[in-house]
Amino acid sequence: MTKTFMLEDLDCANCARKMEEAIKKIDGVEEIHVNFLTQKMILTADDDRFDAILKEAVRCIRRVEPDCSVKL
Amino acid sequence: MSRRQKRTLVRIGIAAALLAAAAVIARTVPFFEGIRALPLYLIPYAVIGWDILWRAARNIAHGQVFDENFLMSVATIGAFATGNYEEGVAVMLFYQLGEWFQSCAVASSRRSIAALMDICPDTANRIGPTGEIETVSPSEVAPGSEILVRPGEKIPLDGTVCEGGSTLDTAALTGESAPRRVSVGDPVVSGCLNREGTLRIRTTKPYGESTAAKIVELVESASARKARTENFITRFARWYTPAVVIAAVLLAVLPPLILGGGWTDWIHRALTFLVISCPCALVISVPLTFFCAIGGASRAGILVKGGSDLEALASVSTVVFDKTGTLTEGSFTVTAVHPSVGTAPELLETAAYAETCSDHPIARSVREGYGAEPDSRRVRNAEEIAGRGVRAQVDGHEISAGNSRLMDDVGAAWHACHHTGTTVHVARDGEYMGHIVISDSPKEDAGDAVSALRALGVTRTVMLTGDSEEVARETAKALGIDEYHGALLPGDKVRLLEEILAAAGKTGKTAFVGDGINDAPVLVRADVGIAMGAMGSDAAIEAADIVLMDDAPARIPQAIRIARRTVRIVWENIGFALGVKALILLLGAVGAVGMWAAVFADVGVAALAILNAMRALRIPKT
Repeated sequence: MTKTFMLEDLDCANCARKMEEAIKKIDGVEEIHVNFLTQKMILTADDDRFDAILKEAVRCIRRVEPDCSVKL
Repeated sequence: MSRRQKRTLVRIGIAAALLAAAAVIARTVPFFEGIRALPLYLIPYAVIGWDILWRAARNIAHGQVFDENFLMSVATIGAFATGNYEEGVAVMLFYQLGEWFQSCAVASSRRSIAALMDICPDTANRIGPTGEIETVSPSEVAPGSEILVRPGEKIPLDGTVCEGGSTLDTAALTGESAPRRVSVGDPVVSGCLNREGTLRIRTTKPYGESTAAKIVELVESASARKARTENFITRFARWYTPAVVIAAVLLAVLPPLILGGGWTDWIHRALTFLVISCPCALVISVPLTFFCAIGGASRAGILVKGGSDLEALASVSTVVFDKTGTLTEGSFTVTAVHPSVGTAPELLETAAYAETCSDHPIARSVREGYGAEPDSRRVRNAEEIAGRGVRAQVDGHEISAGNSRLMDDVGAAWHACHHTGTTVHVARDGEYMGHIVISDSPKEDAGDAVSALRALGVTRTVMLTGDSEEVARETAKALGIDEYHGALLPGDKVRLLEEILAAAGKTGKTAFVGDGINDAPVLVRADVGIAMGAMGSDAAIEAADIVLMDDAPARIPQAIRIARRTVRIVWENIGFALGVKALILLLGAVGAVGMWAAVFADVGVAALAILNAMRALRIPKT
């Protein structure tokens, strides 16, 4: 399943890169793109565990840039 | 400017004033000498740096060691610790100013990109079962619904016109504002501007699959297909910060140990390193350049699937063309009329009448060549003879129009034509009247496009076609194409392309240009697959790397120019950012420059690189 999420207050390009790298390491993530310019995250992951993976991804984002929030 | 940006600017102003005041007081009042000046400088430092310090502390708690905020905090606190109060405040101040510039530049490029993507209207006027009109979001309109598009409005969904007529402006999709006439029964695509009349349209696709939404999705997801340079920057960014930080530590510790002393000076130099340890300028500007170029190109009707495709296109040295529909119009037109008896208009009229009832493409082109609508009362007993042509009674005469076999059947003394193309012989009551040649004519700008490609350094142009060898030779000669291969089956095209790819080797990329419907396997196989005239064709968009919305061959050299310019801007930014950083690192290590210059090398370069990247939005004209 692939879903797109808006990221609010994504202010630093290096952070977007770090988020991408952190989320890539989550078990079950097939593809992840964090686009700094469109402020969007496109996540492809296991259907069954999508919600759990998404939760973990949101945590990764928080860790890298606490001001940035994911609009679910 | 957003509220947050305004607030930051005010804060920068206040901190700058406080810093100036502190500097004046420290210099004029004897009491504030040495360590006693510290409280004076801590006030502006707190004003300008509290959020950086707070974030640094919070991110450390999250395990983000090489975080920009943390490094800036260490660098400025280090400046205070080594007694450089003024520098500590100023570096924080300039860092914030640079960040502010950077966020303005990013916001501005985000706006430009959003404006480019504004081709889908937000609303659709759905016509209800009782004829009332309701304004809804285009995504709510199901296929098969009827919508109303008034003059001056954009068409929100793909469909067919079921009432009314108008001219459409396709500029938002093709970059060319050539008006297109539409009337009842014509298919229309979303994103076109309705210029004159009110149209009732029956939608054929849901919003998500309509052309305009597809284009936006394509451009937005383009950043997923990363260019080689982008991947290089990502890898580079991963080790750059740790490497610089380690270098800073070594610089602070090793020289004083070896030289014995001078700790303060070396630590101060090491702090300079920390200030430039963020790879931001590169991490932002390289993807931004590709993104701006892809967005800008989409406005010119050139859809690029990703940065990697743009990069490949920039180094294209071989271009392989499909013929029909790509270099030629793809529709047959009358190119010669050779009467044996009577005049040319007479011959054409007779043939057109004979062909009145036929739906064969040849018959249609003969009728189009005649121009006027044949009066069907003059035609009787029209019959089609498969593989030969047509026979009909026109004004009481028995007219046969078709190939040489048909002429032999009726006993007419036909002769061959020296023109290339399909020959239609005409006989009246068994007597040969002459023949008409129809052929597919090259597109107006095809020849210019081929010579423009050559001027751009494309060394080999090849044309592949299923048409006869003869037709292929003629077309290739007319357009100035180096090589041609005729009478090919679809499988042959792939095989030939493989050979061309092997011949090109590593010296340059090979692009294939086709109409996208029949050439999907070849488009996929080429280094760069370019599909043409693809407005509304999903198959083409799927198979190709680059999609041309209109079918002008001149778009190909334009696309290559865009690609080369983009790659040049990317390397300019990489060279500029790395060059400045390397220089400052070097000068900082020997103590020639302080942290001020380092701050410029960090945020200043990033802001400049962003501005340079945004040049990619502007697309050079053909």
